[in-house]
Amino acid sequence: MLFIEQALNGLQFGLMLFLLAAGLTLVFGVMDMINLAHGSLYMVGAFLAAWLVQQTGSFVWGVLGATVLTALFGMLLEATLLRTLYARDHLSQVLATFALILILNDGVKMLFGTDLPLSAPAALDGPVELLPGLMYPAYRLLILGVGLALALLMYVVVSHTRLGAWVRAGANNRAMTEMMGVNVKWLFTVVFGIGAGLCAVAGALLGPLLAVQVGMGENILILAFVVIVIGGIGSIRGALVGAILVGCIDTLGRTVLQQLLREFLSPQWASAAGPAIASIAVYVFMAAVLALRPQGLFPARG
Amino acid sequence: MLTIAHSLKKTLAATAVAGALLGALAGPATAADKVKVGFVSTLSGPSSALGVDIRDGFQLAVKLNGGKLGGLPAEVLVGDDQFKPDVAKQLFERNIKRDKVDFMTGVVFSNIMLAALPEALDAKTIYISANAAPSSIAGKECNANFYAVSWPNDAYHEAAGQLANQRDMKSVYLLAPNYQAGKDSLAGFKRTFKGQVIGENYTKLGQLDYAAELAEIRAAKPQALYIFLPGGMGINFIKQFVGAGLSTTTTLLLPGFSADQDVINPVGPAMSGLFNTAHWSPDLPNAANVKFVAEFQKAYNRMPTLYASQGYDAAQLIAAAVRDVKGKLEDQDAVRKALKAARFDSVRGAFKFNSNNYPVQNYYVRVVGSDGKGGLVNKTIGGPILKDHGDAYVGACPMKP
Repeated sequence: MLFIEQALNGLQFGLMLFLLAAGLTLVFGVMDMINLAHGSLYMVGAFLAAWLVQQTGSFVWGVLGATVLTALFGMLLEATLLRTLYARDHLSQVLATFALILILNDGVKMLFGTDLPLSAPAALDGPVELLPGLMYPAYRLLILGVGLALALLMYVVVSHTRLGAWVRAGANNRAMTEMMGVNVKWLFTVVFGIGAGLCAVAGALLGPLLAVQVGMGENILILAFVVIVIGGIGSIRGALVGAILVGCIDTLGRTVLQQLLREFLSPQWASAAGPAIASIAVYVFMAAVLALRPQGLFPARG
Repeated sequence: MLTIAHSLKKTLAATAVAGALLGALAGPATAADKVKVGFVSTLSGPSSALGVDIRDGFQLAVKLNGGKLGGLPAEVLVGDDQFKPDVAKQLFERNIKRDKVDFMTGVVFSNIMLAALPEALDAKTIYISANAAPSSIAGKECNANFYAVSWPNDAYHEAAGQLANQRDMKSVYLLAPNYQAGKDSLAGFKRTFKGQVIGENYTKLGQLDYAAELAEIRAAKPQALYIFLPGGMGINFIKQFVGAGLSTTTTLLLPGFSADQDVINPVGPAMSGLFNTAHWSPDLPNAANVKFVAEFQKAYNRMPTLYASQGYDAAQLIAAAVRDVKGKLEDQDAVRKALKAARFDSVRGAFKFNSNNYPVQNYYVRVVGSDGKGGLVNKTIGGPILKDHGDAYVGACPMKP
C-alpha cells in the first residue's frame, strides 16, 4: 500500500514537472534558446488562475482562463522580446531572461500583491479510497488525470499531426526545416504559446497544494532543467520519462532512502545524512546520466 | 613653511572632526525627554503576517497610553527586514548609531535576530525580544542587555510533549524542517514526552508539498503527530494532512503558532478541534488581556494572534521600566534592574524573568473552536499544562539573579 501511494505521489509530481519541462525542452531544442523566465510563466499562470477563480467563483473556468491568457501572454512575449534573442549567444539569453524574471516578479507583485489564496474545489477536499486500505487525496488524483491526459495529447500532437512534424523537424535540423518552406517564425510563436499554456496548467493545479506567491517559479525551474538534461534536450518523450524519473527519485529519496539509512546507520547519523542525501539525489542521478549518456536518454538530434 | 602650515591645517581639521564625532558619541547629558524605540521586523513577503501583528500590538500599547511609554513621549522607528538577515543588520546599525535609540525590539525570526543582535549588544543597547528566544542566548551566551518577553524557543514543544502525555498518547511521529530550530523543537518535545517516538522525519526548509511524508505517516500509524512547521509550511501541511484523510485516524498536535489566527484563516474549517500549546490565548480571563483583545479588535478589526500579544507586552515592559526609573534612561543599570523586575500586568497573566532574562510563566493547552460568529478561535482548556516553567539552559548562564 505504502509503495503504491508513494508511486502515485512520484508520478503526480513527475507529471507536473513534465508540463513545465515540455515547454522548456521545445524552446531549448527548437529555438536553441535558454529561457530562464519559463518558471515566471508558471507563476503568472498560478496568479491568473487564483485571480480568475476569485472573479468567476469557478475552479474550472479559472484554470482554463489562466491557461489561455498565459499562452497569449507567452506568445506576446515571444513576438516582442524573446525573438530578438534567438540570434544571440546563450549568455545574452540567460542575462536577458534573468532580467525578465525580476521584472515579472515585480510586475505580478504590483498587480496582485505578493500572494493570492487559491483552494482546491470543495468537492475534492477529502480522500478517495482507491483500493481497500489505500486512501489517496481526491485533488491529487485530479492532477494525475489532467497530467496524464495532457501527456497523451502532447504525444498525439507531436507524433501524429503536421504541427508536430514541423516541431520535430525544427528540433532536429532548424536550417533544413526553414529551407523546406516551414514558416519558422510563426512556428516558434505557437510553440512558445503552447509551452506557456502548459506552465499555466501546472501553476494553476499546484497552486492549491503549494502556495501562489511571487518567486514560486524559481525553485521548480531548476528541477525542470534537470528533467530536460536527463531526458535529452528537444525531446518530448525524454521530458516525460525524465520528469517521471525525477519525480519518483525525489519521492523515494525523501522516504525510502531515509528508512534504509536508519537500518544501516545509527539514528543520529541517519537523521543527519538522510535529508542531505535526499536533497541531492536528483542531482546525483543527473550527474550519472551526463557521465554515461551526455546527450540525454532520448536525444532529439541524431 | 608652506608644508608646515598645510599639515597644521590638516591636523586642526582632523581634530575638529574628531571632536565633533566624540561630542556626538557622548550625547546629551540631560534626562531623556522622550523614549526612542527601534522596531525591526518582517513586514513584507509571505511571512509578514507575524511581523505585522507584533508591530500592531506594540503600536496599540503606545496608542492606549496616549502616545507615551512610561510617561515619556514615545518615538517608534519601524523598519522592515524583508526576511533578510543582512537587511536587519543594517537597520539595527542605523537605529543604534544614527538614531541613537534607547531600546531595540521587533524581530520575528531567530536566524534574523541572531545576525543583527550583535549590533545592539556590542553598543550596549538593550534588546527586548518580542518573539525570537533561541536556546543559545538562554544559556552560555546570555546577556544583561537581552530580555525575552515572549517564550523560550523550546517551551511550546515541551508543553506539547506534556500534552501528549496527558492525552495518553503512546506513539508519536515527529516532523520538522532540517535546520537548527527544527531539531531544537523536536528535542524540546522529546524532553517531556514519555511515550514512544515511532518516527521522525526532517524535511527541507521551505518545503511545500508533503505527499511523501504523509504516506510514511499513514504507514507508521502513530496515535499522534507533532509538527514544527512555521509559517506557510504549516499551512500547507495541515491542508494536505486533512486532504489525505489522516485527520480521522491520527491526532495532530501543534505548537501554538501553527494554530493561531494567521493559520486558521487560510486553512479554514479543517483547523476546527485541533489542540495546540501556547503561553497566551485570547480567552485568558485576566483584566489586562480582556482589555487588550477588545482594544485590538476595535483598532484593527481582526483577532490578535499570540505575536500581537507579545508586541503589546514588549511595549508594556518598556513602559514599566521607563516609569520605574522616572525617565532617567541614561542610568542603564537602573533601567536593567527595572526591566528585570517587570512590574506590569502582562496579558498572559503571571510573568517574571529568570536569571537569564528569559521568562518563567505558565503554558496552556488550546483548542480551535467556533467563535459563535461563523469564525474559528483558540480557547484554553483546563488549567496550565506547565506551571511557572522556565527553560533547560538557565544553568549554563553565568548571570546571577
